Amino acid sequence: MFVRTALLVLKKDFAIELRSYEVLSTTLFFAVSCVAIFSFAFVREGQAPKDAAAGILWIAIAFAGTLALGRTFERERYGETLKALLLAPAPRPAIYVGKLLGILALLFTTEALIVPMVAFFFHARFFDQSLYLLALLSLGTIGYAAVGTLFAAMLVRARTRDVLLPILLYPVTIPVIIAGVRGTAALLESPADLPIASLWIAMLAFFDVVFVTLSLWMFEPLMTE
Amino acid sequence: MRKIFLPLVVVTAAMFVYAPIAIALAPYESTMLLVQKIFYFHFATWMAVTAALTVCGISSAVYLFKGSPVADRIGAASAELVAVFTLFGLVSGSLWARKAWGIWWDWEPRLTMAFMLELIFFGYIIVRRFGGPGAEKLAAAMGIFGAATAPFIYKSTDWWRTIHPKTSVMRTLTDTPGGTIMWNVVIFCSVTFLILFALVLAARVRLEQLRGDLDRLYLAAED
Repeated sequence: MFVRTALLVLKKDFAIELRSYEVLSTTLFFAVSCVAIFSFAFVREGQAPKDAAAGILWIAIAFAGTLALGRTFERERYGETLKALLLAPAPRPAIYVGKLLGILALLFTTEALIVPMVAFFFHARFFDQSLYLLALLSLGTIGYAAVGTLFAAMLVRARTRDVLLPILLYPVTIPVIIAGVRGTAALLESPADLPIASLWIAMLAFFDVVFVTLSLWMFEPLMTE
Repeated sequence: MRKIFLPLVVVTAAMFVYAPIAIALAPYESTMLLVQKIFYFHFATWMAVTAALTVCGISSAVYLFKGSPVADRIGAASAELVAVFTLFGLVSGSLWARKAWGIWWDWEPRLTMAFMLELIFFGYIIVRRFGGPGAEKLAAAMGIFGAATAPFIYKSTDWWRTIHPKTSVMRTLTDTPGGTIMWNVVIFCSVTFLILFALVLAARVRLEQLRGDLDRLYLAAED
């Protein structure tokens, strides 16, 4: 029942997105613009500072993630479909997991474009340690999206939701961003500093457990009027 | 609480008058000398933050799951106190750092996490004020996430190499010459700040309750 509900919510989000590609295309374009803006800010005489690529990658993901979260739930609000979803006789945490999986799919697609792009523009050797990078990116994105989905869902009712989402989300997810940036920066060193990267991966896994548990626990009372 | 409120105010005021004297009489720390004296208030402030965070986390969870308005008021009041005491802790820490480390601020884990805590609770206050209907629940969720960061902030100096002293420095304090007196002053200052926290919390909860009563009366008068 739980898994089936979550997959149904995910399938619904996929079906809507595949009709228009609205959220995916805007998120991708925004992430690419972010990378471009950071390159203007950091590059001097054709060269970016050594660690810049890691920071640029994660900030682009975080900013694009906020946009994707806002747009996804704006669509639910516009059609008043979130209310309908919550009225369904289904476990509330399953609805949360379904929405989270949808956001994760969006963000992973964005990363699939952004990571090669940052590697290309900033001569970052991301792919020398692909497995470590994969672990960092997936764990970091899960932690960020877990809190983001919860906050975006409960902000649907608030009037100033566009302003409040970043205000609430960034302070809480700072540990995830820090761990992601530091871990990626450790991978970019030559030779790659694998023990440090593993430490940050463990840290991310730890934060993921805390964030996902808290979100699952709080989703039900938060979404009850 | 209302009966012992005024006597407690007097006691706390007396303790705050005596605290500088006790700090002045405590022996000098061997390397930092006079500069180290700010520690007594710095540590005490963070004890108050810990108390406020605990109260905020528990009352936010109670409000979220039981919907009790009293828990909501306590949560709101303690969240504001977390913001205030954290600000005081950051400022006193920054002043100390300027003299002890030569810099106002360093982006090391303990300071970064403390800064993050301040951001979370400013977020809490902003949400409560501008969130519109249902903002109390949103704020309660922020309170729970904020309280969940507390163990990380506490342990951060043990997990990473930082210039901030480790948590073990408190346990080894009594082994040093003059340490027992310093320890007693630390305890005295911490208790002073904790009572101050309890007093302000009680006053703030009462204010919030009166405000709620007033709103209800206005609504009743309009009907």
